[in-house]
Amino acid sequence: MATLTESRKNTLRRAIQAIVGKSAVVSDPEELLVYESDGLTLFRALADFVVFPTSTEQVAALVRLANQEGLPFVARGAGTGLSGGCLPAEGGLVISLSRMTRIVEVDYDNQLAVVEPGLVNLHLSWAVGPRGYYYAPDPSSQQACTIGGNIANNSGGPHTLKYGVTTNHVLGLEVVLPDGEVVWLGGKMRDPQGYDLVGIFVGSEGTFGIATKIVVRLLRKPQAVKTILAVFDEIEKASEAVSAIIGRGLVPAALEMIDQVTIQAVEDAFGCGYPRDAAAALLIELDGLAAGIDAQAERVGAACVEAGAREVRTAKDEAERQLLWKGRKSAFGAYGRVSPAYLVMDGVIPRTKLPYVLRRVNEIVAAANLRVGNVFHAGDGNLHPNILYDPRRPGEEERVVQAGAEILKVCAEVGGSISGEHGIGLEKMDYMPFIFSPADLATMHRVKEAFNPRGLCNPGKIFPTKKSCVEVGPAYRAHPIEEQGLAQRF
Amino acid sequence: MAHASTLEPLASPHRLTMLEGVDEGVNTCVHCGLCLSYCPTYSELGTEMDSPRGRIFLIASLAEGRIALTDSVVSHLSLCLDCRACESVCPSGVPYGRLIEAAKAEIERQRPGGPLRRLFRWVNFDLLLPRPRLLGLAASALRLYQRSGLQRLVRATGLLRLLPGTLSAWEALLPELPPWGGGTLPEHVPARGAVRARVGFVEGCVQRVVFGAHNQASVRLLARSGAEVRIPREAACCGALHAHAGERQRARALARKMIEVFERASVEAIIVNAAGCGAHMKAYGHLLRDDAVYHARAERFAAKVRDLSEYLAQRPPVGALGRLPLTVTYHDPCHLVHGQKVRVQARQLLQAVPGLQLVELKEADWCCGSAGIYNLTQPEMAGRLLERKVNHLLATGAEAVVTANPGCIIQLALGLRARGSAMKVLHLGEVLDEAYRRGGVGEG
Ligand SMILES: Cc1cc2nc3c(=O)[nH]c(=O)nc-3n(C[C@H](O)[C@H](O)[C@H](O)COP(=O)(O)OP(=O)(O)OC[C@H]3O[C@@H](n4cnc5c(N)ncnc54)[C@H](O)[C@@H]3O)c2cc1C
Repeated sequence: MATLTESRKNTLRRAIQAIVGKSAVVSDPEELLVYESDGLTLFRALADFVVFPTSTEQVAALVRLANQEGLPFVARGAGTGLSGGCLPAEGGLVISLSRMTRIVEVDYDNQLAVVEPGLVNLHLSWAVGPRGYYYAPDPSSQQACTIGGNIANNSGGPHTLKYGVTTNHVLGLEVVLPDGEVVWLGGKMRDPQGYDLVGIFVGSEGTFGIATKIVVRLLRKPQAVKTILAVFDEIEKASEAVSAIIGRGLVPAALEMIDQVTIQAVEDAFGCGYPRDAAAALLIELDGLAAGIDAQAERVGAACVEAGAREVRTAKDEAERQLLWKGRKSAFGAYGRVSPAYLVMDGVIPRTKLPYVLRRVNEIVAAANLRVGNVFHAGDGNLHPNILYDPRRPGEEERVVQAGAEILKVCAEVGGSISGEHGIGLEKMDYMPFIFSPADLATMHRVKEAFNPRGLCNPGKIFPTKKSCVEVGPAYRAHPIEEQGLAQRF
Repeated sequence: MAHASTLEPLASPHRLTMLEGVDEGVNTCVHCGLCLSYCPTYSELGTEMDSPRGRIFLIASLAEGRIALTDSVVSHLSLCLDCRACESVCPSGVPYGRLIEAAKAEIERQRPGGPLRRLFRWVNFDLLLPRPRLLGLAASALRLYQRSGLQRLVRATGLLRLLPGTLSAWEALLPELPPWGGGTLPEHVPARGAVRARVGFVEGCVQRVVFGAHNQASVRLLARSGAEVRIPREAACCGALHAHAGERQRARALARKMIEVFERASVEAIIVNAAGCGAHMKAYGHLLRDDAVYHARAERFAAKVRDLSEYLAQRPPVGALGRLPLTVTYHDPCHLVHGQKVRVQARQLLQAVPGLQLVELKEADWCCGSAGIYNLTQPEMAGRLLERKVNHLLATGAEAVVTANPGCIIQLALGLRARGSAMKVLHLGEVLDEAYRRGGVGEG
């Protein structure tokens, strides 16, 4: 990052203020510092300005200014991302959408809503809840993360198992393209003609432009919901139960696993009702028509008992159900009770490989002399080993990163993937070759170039195109695709 | 890989050695951000420096000497309401209230401000609050001012603008003070019927002069519950306002005094009907943790402190509840719901009253902007939050809003008055006392 001279900074500040007003620009070093990380504190990068637009026009004007001045820019939602996606890797502008939080329109008849990108995920469900609707994608961070961040990362959540990820719930997008042009991708129709550009944009991690309006589907709340807690004395038995349930042709809305380290942390946090001495628990939710749901619950219970569950119980009311979910959804944050920092891995594996991979995770982490807590979307095979560490201890950051890489390698080897939902961002750029061939990467790069030819929009992510100014614990290692001569660091 | 983008530690002469005990607190924060949308100031501004996660980061960076206490850092930390809503949602258990109080104390130490600000703080924190009689006198002067027509004259002529900012804020906030009637409570109030407990009651500083009637109602309820009530006159001010405003030494001195006074009264529980005072007194152990003589005594004191609603929910008053046909809503004082985790008790007590209908308030547990003396020091943000609160209050259609903290009562009344609403603001104690009075008619 070329550091801006004081006079250039002043000129730029004035130009930005002319677009958004004085109280919508931040450039004091102390204030910028607060924006140096997202939910993953392993990476840090400083912006030159953080800007708070309130309309599509302002976003577009900012992007045009950035183009004119050759300044990199990146969108930021709530900064709960776990891969460094919203960090200004090369300085420049952070365009925060935190002041664009309106629900523009709700169309109950057509079961859709048009929202601004800074709207908090859960706030949408709160707004339409009284009419019996909700927004299905429910990342565990839903009380804070934004719909804009969700579409960029194609976020999932516990209920993804039955309802799909974010992309299955987005119909259209108003986007400020990387050159400042405003376009609509998709719209309010269910089956738009032509290329599925919405599908391309969702999951592009903020590198294809900035979404300024989002048309999302709303679902009717299910008639009946049953939430089951199955408790195990051995983690292998819990893993087997997962396959047993799916193997019986049951499709729970959610099927989550939570291990002992995590159970103890969330019990300390909110006393949610998980037994502290359990090696692992499964949180299983069934929903749908009231008729038949009890029979399904019984079959789920039977599968768990057969796999060796020591206890299976059903939440007796909505309060108990909410409490169990609160525990599950607070898990990452609750690690603060047992460790000053954690690195969450986001590997995906075939469900049947669960016992093997969990064993390997434990071995890898133990060999690195670290601890791990597991809480994850077991039904999807989307693992979240959380490696606990203390950044103040010399050398620990390096060991964490190394162990994380080994875990992802194992996931790739068993036929899985390196990211289920948290995105590649800065964190996993180096691991892309675990699952993609040079030809794959080159193709993806061409798609990116089509949207973002100048590379000013969220640079330094996904592909290591340029030298980035991000500070990380571990030292620089040559990226495999550099070694293969596919990309170069400048 | 370049490292240029990270700030070098500043060679700060002000490295915050005074930020006692902050280390463990800031390290508990894992930066997950789940607190963001529950923070009133973040919700209004959308800026992370004005969110719990951002402020913790600022405090950590100060403690590490990465940044200095610049104007902008001071402004973001000072804008915190200390409402502690973030603590209620933090999975990691960051003791946020302690962190922000430590930071505010450091700000006071490094930046006591100009002579006018110091005078204002001295008059309030050193002179008036700890001395009930002087505070009473000042209140009488205000009453005279309000009743003599002078207030109208001052408001009408714009004389206010000549007063320094904070004073004009005080003036705008003055509640309609009740005429000086009831006098202070006696030092002993006997139980009604069989004696089941002996408790102390904290009259409070502001509470005593402004809301004597609430205190009287509260003590009547305690007596009905079978408590013999001690109300030591020397119990002056608990020091909560001092601690929130960064006046730590003063706060400690006042805490020691409270502890001594209530030790002499030898009571099994110490009841308070002001949420801010209760939360603060429950944390005396932490406040005096380095005081060899007082630490253990402070812990014992703190363990006895109960909010009125908390106590009454466990030991309900004896006697019949009369009909009180009223639609009310309930506003959670921050320092009750977040500071003391007391949420359901007041609602349960209200729901037990025949004829009374309780409607839930949207964002009931959000700060109203009162926050100790916040409405005086940060009038703009306080005003925004008050407007938000009043919008929700009006949407309930209730005839009255019930709450349990003097600051909230003043603030809500102010907001409703400004909007021309007739909605009443009542203390929980008043409502329950009235219900029992009605139930007891004819009891003799
Ligand atoms: C406790 C915790 C639990 C989590 N649980 C889950 C989970 O269950 N499932 C899951 O998938 N994730 C989870 N996450 C990760 C994270 O919350 C999601 O990735 C979320 O979608 C990020 O949203 P955000 O608003 O915080 O975005 P940010 O972190 O601010 O940004 C994320 C990415 O989105 C881009 N972006 C933001 N807004 C826009 C926009 N308007 N247009 C274009 N790009 C934009 C940014 O540039 C960045 O690349 C969790 C995180 C935490 C801390």
